[in-house]
Amino acid sequence: MALNGKTPPGPLTDKWTKYRSTVPLVAPNNKRRIDIIVVGSGLAGAAAAATFGELGYNVKCFTFHDSPRRAHSIAAQGGINAAKNYRNDGDSVYRLFYDTIKGGDYRARESNVYRLAEVSTNIIDQAVAQGVPFAREYGGLLDNRSFGGVQVSRTFYARGQTGQQLLIGAYQSLSRQISLGTVQQYNRHEMLDLVMVDGKARGIIARNLLTGELERHAAHAVVLATGGYGNVFYLSTNAMMCNVTAAWRSVRRGALMANPCFTQIHPTCIPVSGDYQSKLTLMSESLRNDGRVWVPKKQEDAAAIRAGKKTGRDIAEDDRDYFLERRYPAFGNLVPRDVASRAAKVACDEGLGVAPTGLAVFMDFSAAIDRYGKSKASTMGNHHPDAATVRDLGEKVVKEKYGNLFAMYEKITGEDPYKMPMKIYPAVHYTMGGLWVDYNLETNISGLFAAGECNFSDHGANRLGASALMQGLADGYFVLPYTIGNFLANEIRTPKIDANSPEFIKAEADTKTRIDQLMSIKGKQSVESFHRRLGKIMWEKCGMARNAEGLTLARQQIRELRDEFYQDVFVPGSATGEYNPELEKALRVADFLEMGELMVVDALSRKESCGGHFREEYQTEEGEALRDDANYAYVAAWEYNGWDTDPVLHKEELVFENVELKSRSYK
Amino acid sequence: MENMRLKLKVWRQPKPNSKGQFVEYQLDNVSEHMSFLEMLDVLNENLVSKREDPVAFEHDCREGICGTCSMVINGHPHGPQSGTTTCQLHMRHFNDGDTITVEPFRATAFPVVKDLVVERAAFDRIIQAGGYISVNTGQARDANSLPVSKEASSASFDAAACIGCGACVAACPNASAMLFVSAKVSHLALLPQGKVEAQRRALNMVKQMDLEGFGNCSNVTACEAECPKEISVNNIARLNREYISASFSYEEKEDKGGGAG
Repeated sequence: MALNGKTPPGPLTDKWTKYRSTVPLVAPNNKRRIDIIVVGSGLAGAAAAATFGELGYNVKCFTFHDSPRRAHSIAAQGGINAAKNYRNDGDSVYRLFYDTIKGGDYRARESNVYRLAEVSTNIIDQAVAQGVPFAREYGGLLDNRSFGGVQVSRTFYARGQTGQQLLIGAYQSLSRQISLGTVQQYNRHEMLDLVMVDGKARGIIARNLLTGELERHAAHAVVLATGGYGNVFYLSTNAMMCNVTAAWRSVRRGALMANPCFTQIHPTCIPVSGDYQSKLTLMSESLRNDGRVWVPKKQEDAAAIRAGKKTGRDIAEDDRDYFLERRYPAFGNLVPRDVASRAAKVACDEGLGVAPTGLAVFMDFSAAIDRYGKSKASTMGNHHPDAATVRDLGEKVVKEKYGNLFAMYEKITGEDPYKMPMKIYPAVHYTMGGLWVDYNLETNISGLFAAGECNFSDHGANRLGASALMQGLADGYFVLPYTIGNFLANEIRTPKIDANSPEFIKAEADTKTRIDQLMSIKGKQSVESFHRRLGKIMWEKCGMARNAEGLTLARQQIRELRDEFYQDVFVPGSATGEYNPELEKALRVADFLEMGELMVVDALSRKESCGGHFREEYQTEEGEALRDDANYAYVAAWEYNGWDTDPVLHKEELVFENVELKSRSYK
Repeated sequence: MENMRLKLKVWRQPKPNSKGQFVEYQLDNVSEHMSFLEMLDVLNENLVSKREDPVAFEHDCREGICGTCSMVINGHPHGPQSGTTTCQLHMRHFNDGDTITVEPFRATAFPVVKDLVVERAAFDRIIQAGGYISVNTGQARDANSLPVSKEASSASFDAAACIGCGACVAACPNASAMLFVSAKVSHLALLPQGKVEAQRRALNMVKQMDLEGFGNCSNVTACEAECPKEISVNNIARLNREYISASFSYEEKEDKGGGAG
């Protein structure tokens, strides 16, 4: 299969403008006759569904939540990037593009990333018009802060709840279209299969989660905006219901899964505290604007802290290793996530971890509290403040900036982060890999589009902070509404798609068979226990560091676990006539058991280190990732044909015409 | 601290129309570091291992922001800890030997689906009635072309922090949704972008709220006390002002229509 990225010709800076001006249009009278299914109602899905509705298409939007407002986009904390250059600090569309390509370790498509940077500015305008209460300065204009991997301040934020506010903006736009009748909203419906007719995506099989009934929904095109697959690791910062099922079922129908091994481990999460743990909580990257990351220099100090005999406060300044500042002086604590995570792992591997499990480093705000306190005292005319005054004033400033994050930390750990340094450790957070899409965000299946985290498009091997919200909204508001026209302009003569055609009947029957199979096993082990075991395999062997031996073993273990699952899982209740969350979970875990194997296969075949994919065999003497551009500057798009055959690799070579491939340095 | 032993009295109701009842469960080995939902996970694992039906409860982000988790714990929506959702309530706030009562949010407008799960779609319909600014994608002007004072923006945010969980309704003896509705009305009315349709919005949202079967506000203010995001009842006062002034002055006029061409 030849993969055509369909990048438009011409100079990088003109591609999108030219494309937008020449893409075929669908006239308003024809839009009314065309149906679009949008699966997912997070930033990408809600934005796309609302915008399609505004344009005049008939939209059906599906979510497995009880309301579109619950999608996991809501939990994004830190912010959203945009090349507004409001700070006058040298930002530009090109710089955002360059930072994103470099941050992704040169494994993303130039044209897509440049477009993302271009439309980033429109997103902020749109969100403000919708009533998103971004942080502002006293002059009434928008405030910014910095995120990792960049040297400008281009991140817009709404306290530590930027995702919530942006999602509410998109949800309100979606709600308006629902009230106008252009969008039909299906809550508590989960997509369990993709329906293809004559080689095109024409609908979905959805399960009504309240009744268990299977429903056939037909449309001219299907858009997936179903998020990432981080929950394959069981423990992650993802919400409990995040899953790969919609995307994976499309893969089962022929869609290609691209770069599945590119997963993001976020450096600043609250460490694991026990075996019962169900999820991990992120502490926003924005904290690294002011938090300094360190471990004790001496192993005996670290051991004393682990044993509860000392605290971080007892370690003298000279006995602390601010390892990010030491190793990466140019970016310091604001190195990209993959770099910061690995550095924390190295410190803990050396026996310097500070939690009882040995897996935590400190993030310390005392320097910031001191700095802000002095500055605040000075603005109040007090040029010789005492230490207590400085501390008090400084804590107030820090509280204003990060209060809700500090409160969350205290709720979870029971420790006061104003007094004691936070303990943090990396955790799975985001997946850069996803469904392969071309410039139109169309998968290799005609009429099937993928937006937001569920596609692989923009972040290469590592995503920069505050870029997920940007991509989700860019895809939903400003890219898909144009690019889908490229497909739909050829569909204006296609009559309404019939949901009673043999293809739909068959897909529904296939889905019922899968459900009945799971219900009939009646084994002894819970779904949860299988998920936990899968997660452990993935985290240990396909997590922050990977090697051929571990990955080979992992593949074997996943296959065995999958066999065991289909022999011994117990799903209580019944498949119909009741709300059965255990069955929902079982269907999702079944798909994770296949996706996990594909991730391992991909990690095994990519014999280089780049971004979040760190193969221990391929590193520099200083322990930095060692890329192999000569052999691996491609997108790995995998075709999956079931358990009994190896997945087939299709390569899309990445062409870099505008940036020079360099070794990524943050020193 | 040693692990705790707890007695749980949990509301079990298999279907929307079936009769529910409290069922008692004994749970040992509860760690103080567990969240309340992780404690229920352990209970459910126990039930599944005995091939019993696990307790259905809703949850998703488990970091206090999605608004999915609900339930009334010892008489308090989201439990006894102020400003905290159930998912962020940790077991260190309970004591060894405690008996904990867990039941669903109770309100006519929030019918029980199963056990602790209720249907809150009424909130969506209230937002659909007007909880938005009527602006299409692509119509926006530059974000900094209209300054908004830090104070107004911050006050708007305070209201916009609502997570739509419905605790205010569950806390209210009248099952009123005034705190929820007023938070949305305030969020938008406090911003210049949202002022334009403020009157229409207040009228339509209140009308829908009444249609959904929520009760009236009688200034009990239990909603504010139980709100996990500490949304202020001052918003209700603002809604009342908006609503009353709109009732007197706002009139939806029919467009004359027509036009040449």
